[in-house]
Amino acid sequence: MDSPGLLRLRGVVKRFGNFTALKGIDLDIAEGEFFTIVGPSGSGKSTMIRLLVGMDEVTEGEIWLRDKRIDQTPANLRPTCMVFQSLALFPHMTVGQNIEFPMKIRKEAPAKRRARAEELLDLLRLPRRYYDKRISQCSGGERQRVALARALAFDPEILFFDEPLSALDYRLRKTLEKELKDLHTRTGKTFVYITHSLEEAMVMSDRIAIMKDGQFEQIAVADQIYSAPVSRFVAEFMGEVNLFPLRAGADGRIESPTLSVRPGVALSDLAPGHDGLLMVRPEYLRLADSGGSFDFTLSGVVHGEYALGSRIQYEIKTENGMVTVEKLREERLSAAEGQKVTLGFNAANTHFIGEAA
Amino acid sequence: MNRLDGKLGFLSALPLALVLLLSFLAPLVVVALFSIMPPKVFSLANMPDFSAYSLFFSQGYYKSLLWSLGMALCATVILVVLCWPLAYAMAKVFGRFSLILTVAVVMSLFVSENIRLFGWVLTLMKGGLIEGHLRSWTGVGFEGPLYSVPIIIFGLVYVYLPFMLFPLAQGISMVPDDTRQAAYDLGASRWQVLWQIEVPLAAPGIVVGSLLSFVLAAGALAESKILGGQAVIAIADDVETAFTFGQNWPLGSALSMILIVIIGGLALFGVSKVDLDAIMGRKR
Repeated sequence: MDSPGLLRLRGVVKRFGNFTALKGIDLDIAEGEFFTIVGPSGSGKSTMIRLLVGMDEVTEGEIWLRDKRIDQTPANLRPTCMVFQSLALFPHMTVGQNIEFPMKIRKEAPAKRRARAEELLDLLRLPRRYYDKRISQCSGGERQRVALARALAFDPEILFFDEPLSALDYRLRKTLEKELKDLHTRTGKTFVYITHSLEEAMVMSDRIAIMKDGQFEQIAVADQIYSAPVSRFVAEFMGEVNLFPLRAGADGRIESPTLSVRPGVALSDLAPGHDGLLMVRPEYLRLADSGGSFDFTLSGVVHGEYALGSRIQYEIKTENGMVTVEKLREERLSAAEGQKVTLGFNAANTHFIGEAA
Repeated sequence: MNRLDGKLGFLSALPLALVLLLSFLAPLVVVALFSIMPPKVFSLANMPDFSAYSLFFSQGYYKSLLWSLGMALCATVILVVLCWPLAYAMAKVFGRFSLILTVAVVMSLFVSENIRLFGWVLTLMKGGLIEGHLRSWTGVGFEGPLYSVPIIIFGLVYVYLPFMLFPLAQGISMVPDDTRQAAYDLGASRWQVLWQIEVPLAAPGIVVGSLLSFVLAAGALAESKILGGQAVIAIADDVETAFTFGQNWPLGSALSMILIVIIGGLALFGVSKVDLDAIMGRKR
């Protein structure tokens, strides 16, 4: 990071009895960043956000916001707030009262509150007449926007999100993902977002942190996490992937139990005498039967064909398990199920992971 | 098929519904009719007059009513404040211990109210459990707190606690945890969370508990008789006296009608204000 982070975590540990949920987290989040923490359930991401918001206390370590240490500050005195998974709207208040709640707590004048609430309704593209609507009369997407407006009315330094879209149907989720990214751009606020959905993270985030067992596996921009994962976990978490074990002999020659390697092919990350996994995403696999020369080839039998909408996915059965291939619709393979095929790919489209198979 | 089921259900519920309706309504109608009979008659075959109602003011029965309503109000307010923390703990903190607490509180209802009140008399009276022991240890005695208005209110609070506690716990359990956390996260203090989130969201429980306690306390007479030693007369006491010693059924009926109208009106008003479906666990 060039600039010192807006939010800094140093050696943050959280234990529940004998169980360590967070194992010494160091993290810097820059001002204005859209930072997403992705992980499967139980990875510690929810614990993490509870610590950041102040709903739980750290066992060890420090959390700094600008030049203030906040890990001992109770949630209501922290200049941050969270959009809950359940949204946690106040059912006994109208939309307007919900949005004005944080301003009312700060004892702002009613006229000022009203004006700001209407501004926020505009910002979230809700009609102003919604001001007097009851929460129970709002649809799922509208409630989402009210929750966002309420959080923005608090005017937080950082806005935290705890999987706020996970309960919505696919189409609404897709719309709101884009709206959220747009809102981030327009407000310039720092967003810290938690989700188990990689897709969601990819669409919205500046940087993504992959969490596993209370630690970060990798923190990087979305593209890098997709194309250059540091571990098998990250590679498999970020969508469909093919992993092939590799080994470099003492002379630097690459050997693989599953792939035929063209003589002279070298991988910069693979030192002589070491082994690891070669990752290739399904879209980089080509049919080698029709000619062309490839650094790596393997053969198998077409086992299944699945339509994914814009793409088609193939499962190719090889001696060492299934390989996944994806093609655009117009590049549909001519091979039928049960047909023997040879697949090829080039070193430039691969990523080497220095982790034992 | 559904319509047939509905019809059959209605028909089979009809006999019992009629019996219940009659057994609730008939006494009310009789009391209402007796309340407009001339003094001290025992038959409804008389010319109606409203002399019994005029006695309510001229004979000072309104004072008994005001005492009853005032003490019931005090007891209800004390009960809300007293039961809130306990109900909160039962709904949110105690977990399985709440069940034990529930059983314990309900068990106290197995013993007759009069016996429990006499227990308090033995505990609190001069020469009783407390004062007697203190006097024998220290040699200094004091007047007991018995036979006063505060001790009557204490008795009402003591006897009607379960009727406040359980609806209140039910009401509090309806407050979603995350609304509380969200309010706190948005900068509210503990008090602000209590007044702006918890109390309004638990309102159905508060209203139901308050109504039950108030209605029961306003019609109570054992507390003022046993603990209060008739320091003040409760309206229910006047009703009983009119029917028994006074042999004046129209007066007793008129006093009952006044109490019924006031409390009934209050109950209807309260119930109309809360979402009973919510507290019964149905979808709001």
